[in-house]
Amino acid sequence: MNIYFTKEHEWVKVQDGVGVAGISEHAAHELGDITFVELPKVGTVVEQFKLLGSIESVKAASDIFAPVSGFVIKINEALETAPEVVNESAEDAGWMVWIQMGDASELKNLMTREQYDEYLKSL
Amino acid sequence: MPSNITFPGEEAMDEKLKSTPLNARHRSLNALMAPFGGWDMPIQYAGIIAEHGWCREKAALFDICHMGEFLFEGDFEGSGLEEVFTFSVKTIPVGRSRYGFLLNEQGGVIDDLIVFRLAENKAMIVVNAATIANDFSVIKSRLRNGTFTDITDETGKIDLQGPLARQILVEVFGEQIAQIPYFKFISMQLLGCEAIVSRTGYTGELGYEIFLSSGKIGELWDLLLRDERVKPAGLGARDVLRLEMGYSLYGHDIDENITPLEAGLEGFVNFSKEFVGKEALLCQKERGLARRKVAFEVEGRRSPRQHYEILCSGENVGCVTSGVFSPMLGRGIGIGLVKPEATGIGSRLIICHERVSMEATVCELPFYPGGSLRA
Repeated sequence: MNIYFTKEHEWVKVQDGVGVAGISEHAAHELGDITFVELPKVGTVVEQFKLLGSIESVKAASDIFAPVSGFVIKINEALETAPEVVNESAEDAGWMVWIQMGDASELKNLMTREQYDEYLKSL
Repeated sequence: MPSNITFPGEEAMDEKLKSTPLNARHRSLNALMAPFGGWDMPIQYAGIIAEHGWCREKAALFDICHMGEFLFEGDFEGSGLEEVFTFSVKTIPVGRSRYGFLLNEQGGVIDDLIVFRLAENKAMIVVNAATIANDFSVIKSRLRNGTFTDITDETGKIDLQGPLARQILVEVFGEQIAQIPYFKFISMQLLGCEAIVSRTGYTGELGYEIFLSSGKIGELWDLLLRDERVKPAGLGARDVLRLEMGYSLYGHDIDENITPLEAGLEGFVNFSKEFVGKEALLCQKERGLARRKVAFEVEGRRSPRQHYEILCSGENVGCVTSGVFSPMLGRGIGIGLVKPEATGIGSRLIICHERVSMEATVCELPFYPGGSLRA
């Protein structure tokens, strides 16, 4: 499954019109120990690059932005009591939401893994 | 997700940072380094929560070489030293230390510090890193005579804190360590050098602050870390540990515009003696406090953070001065300065900032009463 990244360090993996989204390993590492994840309710309509939720670590609080537009069909409820999963597995078990996508062409606005790695080097 | 994440207390990297004698060791341990009080300090090694847990359960080692040490030799009364701080220096027994404040004329806190009575006419004053230069000049300006020296550069300091700290130090340095009660210290030979081992700390756990020549402190650090019960901990964990105890952090919970009365620290002010700022404090007592320290627990895992607004019954009553996620409580905790009517235990508060809002309840300190501090 292809993975795409935003400049704000969210990722999305797309299959059959559904995008699974979270934050990148780089972002999780930068945040340090994650202590709280706030996710939207199932059914919420989200817009690409607009607010999706928020995340807190011992060091900082940050917003999470939606990598694609659509509506939220599932959230990772385990993060409510075990947000540290995002540190342990940011790009897999630490997924945050499933988004039923409206417009697959939005993926053009995102970076591939290779482009994201290059982007990280430029920071 | 922003990419510029800073830790509370960190500052912009503008001036040249000072390094402690342990700097290369932190780098070889892959510590995350950041500026703190003008020093390049380790924020974390393995991770803040892991280091916090290690301190609560075993023993954590902290590089505290950035803090300042001054030496005073002379007549405490005749020199005026007795009136410099909010507590009496001359009544500290030799071998004991006392915590309190250096105030300005308005009663604001220039620094919080500890004085160690080394001998009849000799005291060591331990101050915060960011305030070293100013503290030194303020204290010096208030002294009429005596010898007053800044010994920060030649003095190293590391803290071993945690329930196993005593046992470990006894095994390494001998039985005399076991005899030190809380807020007492001993002078002893460590690694062929004169050292001070003090039963004090900033974590709420049984622990020791060790002062040793800066040329020898690296050797002591290595020696203690060779024990597998000891792990290094950074300033990130130290901040969580101190806040779980409700201890004030200079520059956040106390500063030149906050008095010890407002900060809930009147117990460290001795009104039966003279000191700079006394009149202002007495005046404030008479008028009544317009704001007071409050401690609160959040419902849920969100962290309150410095400068977040505090509401009570729909009214803005003040703001957060320190806040963090408490691993021991599994929820957010914080302290702030608010109107006195909002400080009753059990009062309901709303902590808010931009679109974040959390419910909180006023509680007693410490947040975490289970520490081994007085074990």
